[in-house]
Amino acid sequence: MKPPQFEYQRALTIEEAIAARAANDNTAILAGGQSLLPTLNFRLGAPDSLIDISRIPSLSQIEITDSEVKIGAMVRQRQVEIHDEINQANPLLRETLAHVAHLVIRNRGTVVGSLAHADAAAELPSVLLTCDGRVEVVGPNGARSIAADEFFRFHLTTALKPDELVTAACFPVLAPGTGWAFGEIARRRGDYAIAGVCVVLSVDSNGNCTSASLGACGIGSRPIRLHGAEKILVGSRLDEDAIAAAGDAAREAVETPDDTQASQAYRQQVLATLVRRNVVRAAARAGAPA
Amino acid sequence: MSKKIRSAAPKAATDSTAEISLTINGEAITREVSTRRLLSDFLRHELGLTGTHVGCEHGVCGCCTVIIDGWAGRSCLTLAVQADGADIRTVESLAADDGTLHAVQQAFHECHALQCGFCTPGFLMSLVNYFERTPSPDLSEDGIRSVLAGNLCRCTGYQNIVAAVRRAAELLNVEGAKS
Repeated sequence: MKPPQFEYQRALTIEEAIAARAANDNTAILAGGQSLLPTLNFRLGAPDSLIDISRIPSLSQIEITDSEVKIGAMVRQRQVEIHDEINQANPLLRETLAHVAHLVIRNRGTVVGSLAHADAAAELPSVLLTCDGRVEVVGPNGARSIAADEFFRFHLTTALKPDELVTAACFPVLAPGTGWAFGEIARRRGDYAIAGVCVVLSVDSNGNCTSASLGACGIGSRPIRLHGAEKILVGSRLDEDAIAAAGDAAREAVETPDDTQASQAYRQQVLATLVRRNVVRAAARAGAPA
Repeated sequence: MSKKIRSAAPKAATDSTAEISLTINGEAITREVSTRRLLSDFLRHELGLTGTHVGCEHGVCGCCTVIIDGWAGRSCLTLAVQADGADIRTVESLAADDGTLHAVQQAFHECHALQCGFCTPGFLMSLVNYFERTPSPDLSEDGIRSVLAGNLCRCTGYQNIVAAVRRAAELLNVEGAKS
Protein backbone atom coordinates (compact mmCIF):
# COMPACT_ATOMS: atom_id res chain seq x y z
CA MET A 1 0.00 0.00 0.00
CA LYS A 2 2.93 2.35 -0.62
CA PRO A 3 3.87 3.75 -4.02
CA PRO A 4 6.76 2.11 -5.90
CA GLN A 5 9.91 4.12 -6.56
CA PHE A 6 9.75 6.85 -9.17
CA GLU A 7 11.54 10.02 -10.14
CA TYR A 8 9.62 13.16 -9.27
CA GLN A 9 9.80 16.05 -11.73
CA ARG A 10 8.17 19.39 -11.12
CA ALA A 11 7.28 21.20 -14.34
CA LEU A 12 6.93 24.96 -14.10
CA THR A 13 5.79 25.46 -17.69
CA ILE A 14 3.87 23.39 -20.22
CA GLU A 15 7.06 23.19 -22.31
CA GLU A 16 8.95 21.65 -19.38
CA ALA A 17 6.18 19.11 -18.87
CA ILE A 18 6.22 18.13 -22.55
CA ALA A 19 10.01 17.86 -22.56
CA ALA A 20 9.84 15.53 -19.57
CA ARG A 21 7.09 13.51 -21.27
CA ALA A 22 9.11 13.23 -24.47
CA ALA A 23 12.27 12.16 -22.65
CA ASN A 24 10.76 8.91 -21.35
CA ASP A 25 7.82 6.88 -22.65
CA ASN A 26 6.79 5.69 -19.17
CA THR A 27 5.81 8.86 -17.33
CA ALA A 28 2.59 9.81 -15.57
CA ILE A 29 1.11 13.27 -15.09
CA LEU A 30 0.48 14.21 -11.45
CA ALA A 31 -2.25 16.85 -11.09
CA GLY A 32 -4.67 16.32 -8.19
CA GLY A 33 -3.46 12.75 -7.71
CA GLN A 34 -6.83 11.39 -6.62
CA SER A 35 -6.80 8.63 -9.24
CA LEU A 36 -3.03 8.33 -9.73
CA LEU A 37 -2.10 7.90 -6.05
CA PRO A 38 -4.49 4.98 -5.43
CA THR A 39 -3.14 3.39 -8.61
CA LEU A 40 0.41 3.77 -7.29
CA ASN A 41 -0.46 2.73 -3.73
CA PHE A 42 -1.99 -0.47 -5.09
CA ARG A 43 1.01 -0.81 -7.43
CA LEU A 44 -1.25 -1.13 -10.41
CA GLY A 45 1.05 1.29 -12.19
CA ALA A 46 4.82 1.78 -12.06
CA PRO A 47 5.79 4.90 -14.00
CA ASP A 48 9.51 5.75 -14.16
CA SER A 49 8.70 9.33 -13.43
CA LEU A 50 5.85 11.52 -12.18
CA ILE A 51 5.55 14.96 -13.73
CA ASP A 52 3.88 17.34 -11.29
CA ILE A 53 1.98 20.00 -13.26
CA SER A 54 0.37 21.69 -10.25
CA ARG A 55 2.72 24.68 -10.35
CA ILE A 56 2.04 25.64 -13.98
CA PRO A 57 -0.08 28.79 -13.50
CA SER A 58 -1.84 28.75 -16.89
CA LEU A 59 -3.40 25.36 -16.13
CA SER A 60 -5.50 26.77 -13.28
CA GLN A 61 -7.61 28.96 -15.57
CA ILE A 62 -11.32 28.79 -16.20
CA GLU A 63 -12.61 30.50 -19.36
CA ILE A 64 -16.26 30.86 -20.24
CA THR A 65 -17.12 31.98 -23.79
CA ASP A 66 -20.46 32.08 -25.60
CA SER A 67 -19.95 28.52 -26.77
CA GLU A 68 -17.69 26.73 -24.29
CA VAL A 69 -16.65 26.31 -20.69
CA LYS A 70 -12.90 25.72 -20.80
CA ILE A 71 -11.47 24.14 -17.66
CA GLY A 72 -7.69 24.06 -17.22
CA ALA A 73 -5.93 20.87 -16.18
CA MET A 74 -5.28 22.03 -12.60
CA VAL A 75 -8.81 23.24 -11.84
CA ARG A 76 -10.14 21.18 -8.94
CA GLN A 77 -13.50 19.46 -9.19
CA ARG A 78 -14.84 21.28 -6.17
CA GLN A 79 -13.93 24.66 -7.73
CA VAL A 80 -16.06 23.79 -10.75
CA GLU A 81 -18.88 22.48 -8.56
CA ILE A 82 -19.24 25.74 -6.62
CA HIS A 83 -18.59 28.07 -9.61
CA ASP A 84 -21.88 29.89 -10.29
CA GLU A 85 -20.96 31.12 -13.79
CA ILE A 86 -20.03 27.61 -14.89
CA ASN A 87 -23.31 26.42 -13.46
CA GLN A 88 -25.19 28.95 -15.56
CA ALA A 89 -23.29 27.98 -18.71
CA ASN A 90 -23.49 24.21 -18.28
CA PRO A 91 -25.44 23.07 -15.21
CA LEU A 92 -24.65 19.42 -15.90
CA LEU A 93 -21.25 19.84 -14.27
CA ARG A 94 -22.56 20.75 -10.82
CA GLU A 95 -25.25 18.08 -10.93
CA THR A 96 -22.74 15.43 -12.00
CA LEU A 97 -19.92 16.43 -9.65
CA ALA A 98 -22.17 15.82 -6.65
CA HIS A 99 -21.84 12.12 -7.58
CA VAL A 100 -18.07 12.12 -8.13
CA ALA A 101 -16.34 10.41 -5.20
CA HIS A 102 -16.60 12.44 -1.96
CA LEU A 103 -16.39 16.13 -1.20
CA VAL A 104 -12.89 15.83 0.28
CA ILE A 105 -11.69 13.96 -2.83
CA ARG A 106 -13.24 16.62 -5.07
CA ASN A 107 -11.31 19.29 -3.15
CA ARG A 108 -8.10 17.91 -4.67
CA GLY A 109 -9.18 15.92 -7.73
CA THR A 110 -9.24 17.73 -11.07
CA VAL A 111 -11.86 17.59 -13.82
CA VAL A 112 -9.22 17.01 -16.50
CA GLY A 113 -7.52 14.36 -14.36
CA SER A 114 -10.73 12.36 -14.22
CA LEU A 115 -11.12 12.63 -18.00
CA ALA A 116 -7.49 11.67 -18.66
CA HIS A 117 -7.66 8.74 -16.23
CA ALA A 118 -10.69 7.58 -18.25
CA ASP A 119 -12.21 5.07 -15.88
CA ALA A 120 -15.14 3.66 -17.81
CA ALA A 121 -17.31 3.94 -14.70
CA ALA A 122 -16.40 7.59 -14.03
CA GLU A 123 -19.12 10.19 -14.42
CA LEU A 124 -17.32 13.14 -16.04
CA PRO A 125 -16.20 11.31 -19.22
CA SER A 126 -19.83 10.42 -19.96
CA VAL A 127 -20.82 14.09 -19.59
CA LEU A 128 -18.06 15.26 -21.97
CA LEU A 129 -19.19 12.60 -24.45
CA THR A 130 -22.90 13.41 -24.18
CA CYS A 131 -22.32 17.15 -24.59
CA ASP A 132 -19.99 16.57 -27.58
CA GLY A 133 -17.16 18.26 -25.71
CA ARG A 134 -13.46 18.04 -26.41
CA VAL A 135 -10.06 18.15 -24.76
CA GLU A 136 -7.11 20.35 -25.68
CA VAL A 137 -3.79 18.57 -25.85
CA VAL A 138 -0.20 19.76 -26.23
CA GLY A 139 2.69 17.64 -27.46
CA PRO A 140 6.18 18.16 -28.94
CA ASN A 141 4.58 19.05 -32.28
CA GLY A 142 2.19 21.62 -30.87
CA ALA A 143 -1.41 21.71 -29.76
CA ARG A 144 -4.40 19.73 -30.99
CA SER A 145 -8.00 19.24 -30.04
CA ILE A 146 -9.54 15.80 -29.56
CA ALA A 147 -13.32 15.27 -29.61
CA ALA A 148 -14.70 13.28 -26.67
CA ASP A 149 -15.89 10.53 -29.01
CA GLU A 150 -12.30 10.11 -30.28
CA PHE A 151 -10.62 10.58 -26.91
CA PHE A 152 -12.09 7.75 -24.83
CA ARG A 153 -10.88 4.42 -26.25
CA PHE A 154 -11.04 1.72 -23.56
CA HIS A 155 -10.70 1.17 -19.80
CA LEU A 156 -8.11 3.73 -18.61
CA THR A 157 -7.08 4.27 -22.23
CA THR A 158 -7.38 7.46 -24.26
CA ALA A 159 -6.13 8.84 -27.57
CA LEU A 160 -3.46 10.78 -25.65
CA LYS A 161 0.10 9.92 -26.75
CA PRO A 162 2.80 9.22 -24.14
CA ASP A 163 4.51 12.54 -24.96
CA GLU A 164 1.35 14.64 -24.74
CA LEU A 165 -0.43 16.52 -21.97
CA VAL A 166 -4.13 17.38 -21.70
CA THR A 167 -4.15 21.09 -20.92
CA ALA A 168 -7.89 21.72 -20.76
CA ALA A 169 -11.35 20.25 -21.14
CA CYS A 170 -14.01 22.15 -23.10
CA PHE A 171 -17.66 21.55 -22.26
CA PRO A 172 -20.16 23.20 -24.65
CA VAL A 173 -22.45 25.84 -23.18
CA LEU A 174 -26.04 24.57 -23.09
CA ALA A 175 -28.37 26.86 -25.07
CA PRO A 176 -31.27 28.44 -23.18
CA GLY A 177 -34.23 26.08 -23.11
CA THR A 178 -32.05 22.97 -23.27
CA GLY A 179 -33.13 20.16 -20.96
CA TRP A 180 -30.41 18.36 -19.04
CA ALA A 181 -29.97 15.77 -16.31
CA PHE A 182 -27.38 13.45 -14.80
CA GLY A 183 -28.30 10.66 -12.43
CA GLU A 184 -26.82 7.37 -11.33
CA ILE A 185 -27.49 4.38 -9.12
CA ALA A 186 -24.69 3.28 -6.81
CA ARG A 187 -24.69 0.94 -3.82
CA ARG A 188 -23.12 3.57 -1.57
CA ARG A 189 -22.74 7.32 -1.90
CA GLY A 190 -19.44 8.16 -3.55
CA ASP A 191 -18.92 4.72 -5.08
CA TYR A 192 -18.48 4.20 -8.77
CA ALA A 193 -22.02 3.68 -9.98
CA ILE A 194 -23.58 0.48 -11.30
CA ALA A 195 -24.62 2.82 -14.12
CA GLY A 196 -25.02 6.54 -14.66
CA VAL A 197 -26.90 8.37 -17.42
CA CYS A 198 -26.45 11.88 -18.81
CA VAL A 199 -29.20 13.49 -20.91
CA VAL A 200 -29.22 16.68 -23.01
CA LEU A 201 -32.33 17.38 -25.09
CA SER A 202 -34.37 20.16 -26.64
CA VAL A 203 -38.06 20.53 -27.32
CA ASP A 204 -39.87 22.82 -29.80
CA SER A 205 -42.88 24.99 -29.01
CA ASN A 206 -45.24 22.15 -29.96
CA GLY A 207 -43.66 19.84 -27.40
CA ASN A 208 -41.79 17.73 -29.96
CA CYS A 209 -38.28 16.63 -29.10
CA THR A 210 -35.90 18.16 -31.66
CA SER A 211 -32.62 16.76 -30.38
CA ALA A 212 -31.50 14.26 -27.77
CA SER A 213 -28.06 13.16 -26.62
CA LEU A 214 -27.76 10.39 -24.07
CA GLY A 215 -24.59 8.88 -22.67
CA ALA A 216 -23.85 6.37 -19.94
CA CYS A 217 -21.00 5.37 -17.68
CA GLY A 218 -20.37 2.05 -15.96
CA ILE A 219 -21.87 -0.11 -18.70
CA GLY A 220 -18.87 -0.91 -20.87
CA SER A 221 -15.18 -0.41 -21.50
CA ARG A 222 -15.60 3.34 -22.02
CA PRO A 223 -18.38 5.93 -21.78
CA ILE A 224 -21.05 4.99 -24.31
CA ARG A 225 -23.59 7.03 -26.29
CA LEU A 226 -27.09 5.53 -26.24
CA HIS A 227 -27.89 6.07 -29.93
CA GLY A 228 -30.86 3.65 -29.91
CA ALA A 229 -32.60 5.68 -27.21
CA GLU A 230 -31.72 8.96 -28.93
CA LYS A 231 -33.37 7.86 -32.21
CA ILE A 232 -36.61 6.99 -30.42
CA LEU A 233 -36.77 10.28 -28.54
CA VAL A 234 -36.04 12.67 -31.42
CA GLY A 235 -39.32 13.56 -33.13
CA SER A 236 -41.40 12.10 -30.30
CA ARG A 237 -43.55 14.10 -27.90
CA LEU A 238 -41.57 12.70 -24.96
CA ASP A 239 -44.70 10.95 -23.76
CA GLU A 240 -44.66 7.97 -21.42
CA ASP A 241 -44.56 5.41 -24.25
CA ALA A 242 -41.64 7.06 -26.04
CA ILE A 243 -39.67 7.39 -22.83
CA ALA A 244 -40.30 3.75 -21.88
CA ALA A 245 -39.28 2.65 -25.37
CA ALA A 246 -36.08 4.70 -25.10
CA GLY A 247 -35.26 3.01 -21.80
CA ASP A 248 -35.78 -0.43 -23.35
CA ALA A 249 -33.69 0.49 -26.38
CA ALA A 250 -30.79 1.47 -24.12
CA ARG A 251 -30.52 -2.03 -22.62
CA GLU A 252 -28.53 -3.45 -25.55
CA ALA A 253 -25.77 -0.88 -24.93
CA VAL A 254 -24.64 -2.70 -21.77
CA GLU A 255 -21.36 -4.46 -22.56
CA THR A 256 -20.20 -5.17 -19.00
CA PRO A 257 -20.62 -8.87 -18.18
CA ASP A 258 -21.86 -10.07 -14.79
CA ASP A 259 -19.49 -8.78 -12.10
CA THR A 260 -19.34 -8.62 -8.32
CA GLN A 261 -21.53 -5.49 -8.24
CA ALA A 262 -24.32 -6.54 -10.57
CA SER A 263 -25.38 -9.09 -13.14
CA GLN A 264 -25.62 -7.90 -16.72
CA ALA A 265 -29.41 -8.23 -16.62
CA TYR A 266 -29.61 -6.10 -13.48
CA ARG A 267 -27.33 -3.48 -14.99
CA GLN A 268 -29.60 -3.34 -18.06
CA GLN A 269 -32.58 -2.83 -15.77
CA VAL A 270 -30.76 -0.06 -13.91
CA LEU A 271 -29.79 1.62 -17.20
CA ALA A 272 -33.34 1.52 -18.56
CA THR A 273 -34.66 2.99 -15.31
CA LEU A 274 -32.05 5.77 -15.32
CA VAL A 275 -32.82 6.65 -18.95
CA ARG A 276 -36.52 6.99 -18.09
CA ARG A 277 -35.96 9.01 -14.92
CA ASN A 278 -33.38 11.35 -16.41
CA VAL A 279 -35.29 11.96 -19.65
CA VAL A 280 -38.34 12.92 -17.57
CA ARG A 281 -36.23 15.35 -15.52
CA ALA A 282 -34.50 16.79 -18.59
CA ALA A 283 -37.83 17.21 -20.41
CA ALA A 284 -39.28 19.11 -17.46
CA ARG A 285 -36.26 21.41 -17.45
CA ALA A 286 -36.68 21.98 -21.21
CA GLY A 287 -40.22 23.13 -20.51
CA ALA A 288 -41.92 20.16 -22.19
CA PRO A 289 -45.56 19.66 -21.17
CA ALA A 290 -45.72 16.99 -18.46
CA MET B 1 25.92 -21.38 0.67
CA SER B 2 22.19 -22.07 0.75
CA LYS B 3 20.29 -20.19 -1.89
CA LYS B 4 17.61 -19.53 0.71
CA ILE B 5 19.74 -17.05 2.62
CA ARG B 6 19.10 -13.50 1.48
CA SER B 7 21.80 -10.97 0.82
CA ALA B 8 22.34 -8.23 3.38
CA ALA B 9 19.70 -5.55 3.53
CA PRO B 10 20.73 -2.28 1.92
CA LYS B 11 22.02 0.31 4.40
CA ALA B 12 20.05 3.13 2.84
CA ALA B 13 17.03 3.41 0.62
CA THR B 14 17.72 3.99 -3.06
CA ASP B 15 14.72 6.31 -3.33
CA SER B 16 15.16 9.69 -4.89
CA THR B 17 14.70 12.48 -2.36
CA ALA B 18 13.72 16.14 -2.34
CA GLU B 19 13.86 18.96 0.17
CA ILE B 20 10.50 20.39 1.18
CA SER B 21 9.55 23.38 3.30
CA LEU B 22 6.05 23.69 4.63
CA THR B 23 4.01 25.02 7.51
CA ILE B 24 2.38 22.48 9.79
CA ASN B 25 -0.05 23.70 12.42
CA GLY B 26 1.59 27.10 12.23
CA GLU B 27 5.15 25.84 12.54
CA ALA B 28 7.57 26.19 9.59
CA ILE B 29 9.66 23.10 8.91
CA THR B 30 12.15 21.94 6.27
CA ARG B 31 12.91 18.26 5.70
CA GLU B 32 14.52 15.96 3.17
CA VAL B 33 11.94 13.37 2.11
CA SER B 34 11.75 10.41 -0.19
CA THR B 35 9.76 11.52 -3.25
CA ARG B 36 7.39 8.60 -2.79
CA ARG B 37 6.73 9.39 0.88
CA LEU B 38 2.99 9.86 1.42
CA LEU B 39 2.00 13.00 3.32
CA SER B 40 0.21 10.78 5.86
CA ASP B 41 3.41 8.81 6.58
CA PHE B 42 5.48 11.99 6.61
CA LEU B 43 3.23 13.47 9.31
CA ARG B 44 3.22 10.32 11.40
CA HIS B 45 6.65 8.78 10.98
CA GLU B 46 8.86 11.80 10.42
CA LEU B 47 7.09 14.50 12.44
CA GLY B 48 5.50 12.33 15.12
CA LEU B 49 2.06 13.83 14.49
CA THR B 50 0.23 10.57 15.02
CA GLY B 51 -3.20 12.17 15.36
CA THR B 52 -3.62 11.72 11.61
CA HIS B 53 -4.60 8.09 11.19
CA VAL B 54 -4.01 5.75 8.28
CA GLY B 55 -6.71 3.28 7.35
CA CYS B 56 -7.23 2.20 3.76
CA GLU B 57 -4.48 4.16 1.97
CA HIS B 58 -6.57 4.58 -1.14
CA GLY B 59 -8.86 7.45 -0.25
CA VAL B 60 -11.96 5.53 0.80
CA CYS B 61 -12.00 5.57 4.61
CA GLY B 62 -11.17 9.23 5.23
CA CYS B 63 -9.31 8.86 8.53
CA CYS B 64 -6.14 10.50 7.14
CA THR B 65 -7.98 13.72 6.22
CA VAL B 66 -6.02 16.93 6.90
CA ILE B 67 -6.48 20.50 5.69
CA ILE B 68 -4.11 21.45 2.86
CA ASP B 69 -3.96 25.15 1.93
CA GLY B 70 -7.44 25.67 3.32
CA TRP B 71 -9.10 22.65 1.71
CA ALA B 72 -9.60 19.26 3.36
CA GLY B 73 -7.76 16.50 1.53
CA ARG B 74 -6.62 12.93 1.91
CA SER B 75 -3.04 12.86 3.17
CA CYS B 76 -2.72 9.27 1.90
CA LEU B 77 -3.46 10.47 -1.64
CA THR B 78 -0.96 13.31 -1.43
CA LEU B 79 2.79 12.99 -1.68
CA ALA B 80 4.85 14.91 0.85
CA VAL B 81 6.68 16.56 -2.07
CA GLN B 82 3.36 17.89 -3.37
CA ALA B 83 2.91 19.68 -0.06
CA ASP B 84 6.13 21.68 -0.55
CA GLY B 85 5.21 25.29 0.30
CA ALA B 86 1.79 24.30 1.61
CA ASP B 87 0.05 25.21 4.84
CA ILE B 88 -1.13 22.01 6.55
CA ARG B 89 -3.45 21.67 9.52
CA THR B 90 -3.89 18.38 11.36
CA VAL B 91 -6.16 17.31 14.20
CA GLU B 92 -3.44 18.40 16.66
CA SER B 93 -4.22 22.01 15.73
CA LEU B 94 -7.88 21.95 16.72
CA ALA B 95 -7.91 22.27 20.52
CA ALA B 96 -6.57 25.46 22.11
CA ASP B 97 -3.29 25.36 24.04
CA ASP B 98 -5.21 25.32 27.34
CA GLY B 99 -7.07 22.20 26.22
CA THR B 100 -10.33 23.91 25.25
CA LEU B 101 -11.87 21.77 22.55
CA HIS B 102 -12.81 23.05 19.11
CA ALA B 103 -16.59 23.30 18.68
CA VAL B 104 -16.66 20.21 16.46
CA GLN B 105 -14.60 18.24 19.02
CA GLN B 106 -16.89 19.48 21.81
CA ALA B 107 -19.94 18.35 19.83
CA PHE B 108 -18.44 14.88 19.28
CA HIS B 109 -17.72 14.69 23.01
CA GLU B 110 -21.21 15.76 24.05
CA CYS B 111 -23.04 13.53 21.56
CA HIS B 112 -20.80 10.49 22.13
CA ALA B 113 -20.01 10.49 18.42
CA LEU B 114 -17.12 8.05 18.77
CA GLN B 115 -16.36 4.71 20.30
CA CYS B 116 -12.87 3.50 19.44
CA GLY B 117 -11.90 6.88 18.00
CA PHE B 118 -9.78 5.60 15.12
CA CYS B 119 -11.83 7.38 12.45
CA THR B 120 -12.46 10.49 14.54
CA PRO B 121 -9.54 12.71 13.40
CA GLY B 122 -10.69 12.34 9.81
CA PHE B 123 -14.31 13.15 10.66
CA LEU B 124 -13.17 16.19 12.64
CA MET B 125 -10.94 17.60 9.90
CA SER B 126 -13.55 17.00 7.17
CA LEU B 127 -16.26 18.67 9.25
CA VAL B 128 -14.13 21.57 10.49
CA ASN B 129 -13.28 22.39 6.87
CA TYR B 130 -16.88 21.86 5.74
CA PHE B 131 -18.10 24.44 8.26
CA GLU B 132 -15.26 26.82 7.31
CA ARG B 133 -16.02 26.53 3.62
CA THR B 134 -19.81 26.40 3.61
CA PRO B 135 -21.63 29.61 4.59
CA SER B 136 -25.02 27.89 4.80
CA PRO B 137 -24.47 24.19 5.43
CA ASP B 138 -27.26 21.75 4.62
CA LEU B 139 -28.30 20.43 8.04
CA SER B 140 -31.00 18.09 6.78
CA GLU B 141 -30.47 14.38 7.52
CA ASP B 142 -29.66 13.79 3.86
CA GLY B 143 -27.34 16.79 3.63
CA ILE B 144 -25.36 15.76 6.71
CA ARG B 145 -25.07 12.14 5.56
CA SER B 146 -23.85 13.33 2.18
CA VAL B 147 -21.00 15.23 3.87
CA LEU B 148 -20.23 12.30 6.17
CA ALA B 149 -20.18 9.82 3.28
CA GLY B 150 -16.47 10.42 2.75
CA ASN B 151 -15.58 9.11 6.21
CA LEU B 152 -16.15 5.56 7.42
CA CYS B 153 -16.84 4.59 11.05
CA ARG B 154 -17.07 0.93 11.96
CA CYS B 155 -18.35 1.42 15.54
CA THR B 156 -21.13 3.91 16.02
CA GLY B 157 -23.51 3.50 13.12
CA TYR B 158 -23.41 7.26 12.41
CA GLN B 159 -26.52 8.26 14.40
CA ASN B 160 -24.51 10.07 17.04
CA ILE B 161 -22.17 11.53 14.44
CA VAL B 162 -25.14 13.07 12.62
CA ALA B 163 -26.31 14.48 15.96
CA ALA B 164 -22.82 15.86 16.59
CA VAL B 165 -22.85 17.70 13.26
CA ARG B 166 -26.09 19.43 14.29
CA ARG B 167 -24.66 20.20 17.74
CA ALA B 168 -21.47 21.58 16.17
CA ALA B 169 -23.58 23.86 13.98
CA GLU B 170 -25.26 25.18 17.14
CA LEU B 171 -21.94 25.74 18.88
CA LEU B 172 -20.61 27.52 15.80
CA ASN B 173 -23.77 29.68 15.64
CA VAL B 174 -24.52 28.52 12.11
CA GLU B 175 -27.68 30.14 10.83
CA GLY B 176 -30.58 27.68 10.78
CA ALA B 177 -29.11 25.42 13.48
CA LYS B 178 -31.62 24.75 16.28
CA SER B 179 -30.67 26.11 19.65
